[in-house]
Amino acid sequence: MSNNTKTRKVRKYLNPYLGGVLLGLVLLAANFVAGRGLGASGAVKSVVATTIRAVDKDAVNTNPFMAEYAESHSGNPMKSWLVFEMLGVVVGGFLSGAVAGRLKLKVEHSPKITSRRRLVFALAGGVLFGFGSQLGRGCTSGSALSGMAVLSMGGFITMMAIFGTAFALAYFFRRNWI
Amino acid sequence: MGPLAPNELISENTNFLLAFFIGIAFGWVLESSGFSSSRKLAGIFYGYDAVVLKVFFTAAITAMLGLLFMSLFGWIDLSLVYVNPTYLSSAIVGGVVMGVGFIMGGFCPGTSFCGAAIGKIDAMVFITGLFIGVYGFAFTYGWWEKLYLANYLGEPKVSEKLGMSDGLFGLFMILAALGMFIVAEWAEKKFPREEY
Repeated sequence: MSNNTKTRKVRKYLNPYLGGVLLGLVLLAANFVAGRGLGASGAVKSVVATTIRAVDKDAVNTNPFMAEYAESHSGNPMKSWLVFEMLGVVVGGFLSGAVAGRLKLKVEHSPKITSRRRLVFALAGGVLFGFGSQLGRGCTSGSALSGMAVLSMGGFITMMAIFGTAFALAYFFRRNWI
Repeated sequence: MGPLAPNELISENTNFLLAFFIGIAFGWVLESSGFSSSRKLAGIFYGYDAVVLKVFFTAAITAMLGLLFMSLFGWIDLSLVYVNPTYLSSAIVGGVVMGVGFIMGGFCPGTSFCGAAIGKIDAMVFITGLFIGVYGFAFTYGWWEKLYLANYLGEPKVSEKLGMSDGLFGLFMILAALGMFIVAEWAEKKFPREEY
């Protein structure tokens, strides 16, 4: 679109309060349409449940996690609201990045650490976040944000536990970020 | 009227189609607010960038007020809207584990998909970790089942627990958020930052 790519500037981020209002309206729309909030880790759980079932047809009877999952989700795990929503997130994120000129394959990290260190920590953080989201019945989106919007006590507690812990440990991981 | 799907005003497939469009809006807002950058997200924990706090609380308040007003106008039946159940022990322990994951990985699940969508390799690796973590939980579920189900309190609202109306609690939440926003604006000025 730009005829002079050399001087093409990366567009600035949205004003955070405006972004917050828009995100709130998206969350409101989700509740109005589906009677439930947004989520992210639930979609990962659906993929995991699908693959476990594909490998082991008997998993619902032998694996208590799958039994618990089957109890709360009938039918095909991939035919879930959150799976379609997360497909949308990838599309929406890509479109926004494309419009703003932010599409770039890279490892983002503090200049004080190597890419390798960043990736090791990203992997470990992902493992913990994935595990915690299952134990806590949802992540920052599904449990904390969506839970807070419907005034769920569990949502507020999970929110405080996530941010409180990250704040408390920030000092020990400062080299990774600042 | 609302919620549409639980009231069977739209078909299951329409609901899934709308989920896709709502997801596009979700991803768009997250990315354009800077949530595709782990260093920007982690900024909240060091004071150099409070975008997470500002977006997160503004969004929670907007949605909360929206739901309260829509209920007041009779546009949505809140009894049909899902309220996350409260399992006290797992909410705390799960949250703590997620908090460690957050400060180490710099993303949460939703933002990592956003980051991966614009080419962040660290986000893709984080997502790989997510899958490993969820598989890990699935295969060791038996070990955690007791903790997972402990201290079930039903689906209480914070307002109920505190003995106040939803509206009054909402007002306190707005005041608390305004207080945090003032601190956040101060912190961003005090600590040096650059745009990532």
